Amino acid sequence: MADMMQFDLVSPERRLTSVQATEVQIPGAEGDFTAMAQHAPVITTLRPGVLKVVTASGTDEYLVTGGFAEVGATGTSVLAERAFVKADVTAELMEDLIKEANLQRDAANTDVAAKYADDLVAASAQIQG
Amino acid sequence: MPNLKVLKNRIASVKSTRKITKAMQMVAAAKLRRAQEAAEAGRPYAERFNAVMAQLAGGVSSDSGPKLLVGNGSNQTHLLVVMTAERGLCGGFNGNIAKLARVAAHKLMAEGKTVKILTVGKKGREALKREFGDLSIGHVDLSEVKKLGYDNASGIAQDLLTRFEDGEFDVAKIFYSTFQSVISQTPTEQQIIPADFSNVEASEEATLYDYEPSEEAILADLLPRAVATQIFSALLENGASEQGARMSAMDNATRNAGEMIDKLTVEYNRSRQAVITNELIEIISGAEAL
Repeated sequence: MADMMQFDLVSPERRLTSVQATEVQIPGAEGDFTAMAQHAPVITTLRPGVLKVVTASGTDEYLVTGGFAEVGATGTSVLAERAFVKADVTAELMEDLIKEANLQRDAANTDVAAKYADDLVAASAQIQG
Repeated sequence: MPNLKVLKNRIASVKSTRKITKAMQMVAAAKLRRAQEAAEAGRPYAERFNAVMAQLAGGVSSDSGPKLLVGNGSNQTHLLVVMTAERGLCGGFNGNIAKLARVAAHKLMAEGKTVKILTVGKKGREALKREFGDLSIGHVDLSEVKKLGYDNASGIAQDLLTRFEDGEFDVAKIFYSTFQSVISQTPTEQQIIPADFSNVEASEEATLYDYEPSEEAILADLLPRAVATQIFSALLENGASEQGARMSAMDNATRNAGEMIDKLTVEYNRSRQAVITNELIEIISGAEAL
């Protein structure tokens, strides 16, 4: 049995989950990585993507749109700008998010905004299978 | 002697006032519970966020850091973001925030600074319009918002950041009310640009984190969010404070109305008796005269 660590996922509006997890797959800005207990302390920003939490009772998936993750000695916490449980992610919600991202891309016309929109589309494809 | 009819009408009107204030108190109590839950749900995020920010900010030297953290070197133009309720009838809630902002504005102006004001919530605008109408650079209307979301806060933050980049102000402060309890809300002043994390408790042990991407890049990414986060928690605190203030104000009003009804009823009964006594005297003295 692998070591467990404390995992928290919070958004500004609520705490989505707080569980003991064996591993957490985090969509970091510089690439995905998996945090397990005893992971070296890291702070990283997130890109839009799918966050997977493996607990003793199974795997939970969440859609996050950005924010940052902190992996520390005591556990891992992800502070997401917006986060949704996979079950709550509907086609309409995805569409709204992507539409919003595209608007931003058109308005800002920066690489950051473009990458955000692309990442979101990729995450949408991933979560809807 | 007051007319009986007038008294009776008066009692009826105070009674209906009491009904209204009682209803408002109960509505506020229900809303308070929801607002408090929202404020509590938002707390873990704000706490974590500020802890990480404090840690990041601690590692930045004061002259090379991002503008949002160390300021743009000037201290001339101050923006006061005054956050109040959209509705009145909540005791001193709006007045206290406006008063704090007014005092701060006068103090800054006495020091020769330029003051600009952005109001969030209708009541704050009304309170400050007469005195500082020409300093106002905008107003955020939240009256259509049913449930406060992070999006509302990030909208305000976006507006502030754009103005900051355009050099419209050097220092931004928010004015809101922190929720202590139902009977006590404290008007609070907080500086958000440049960010000030000095009041955040440092995390238990200084962990040496790897930063991905670089520390500076993360800081640059997170600072705008920090503004939004602070505004969001201020909005939530404000929401809970408003309902708390309204609840206790309406509770007082209900009690006052009750006392008034008692007093008026006593007066009414006395005058009624006086009228009866008078009539009796008239009848008796009429009978004696015969």
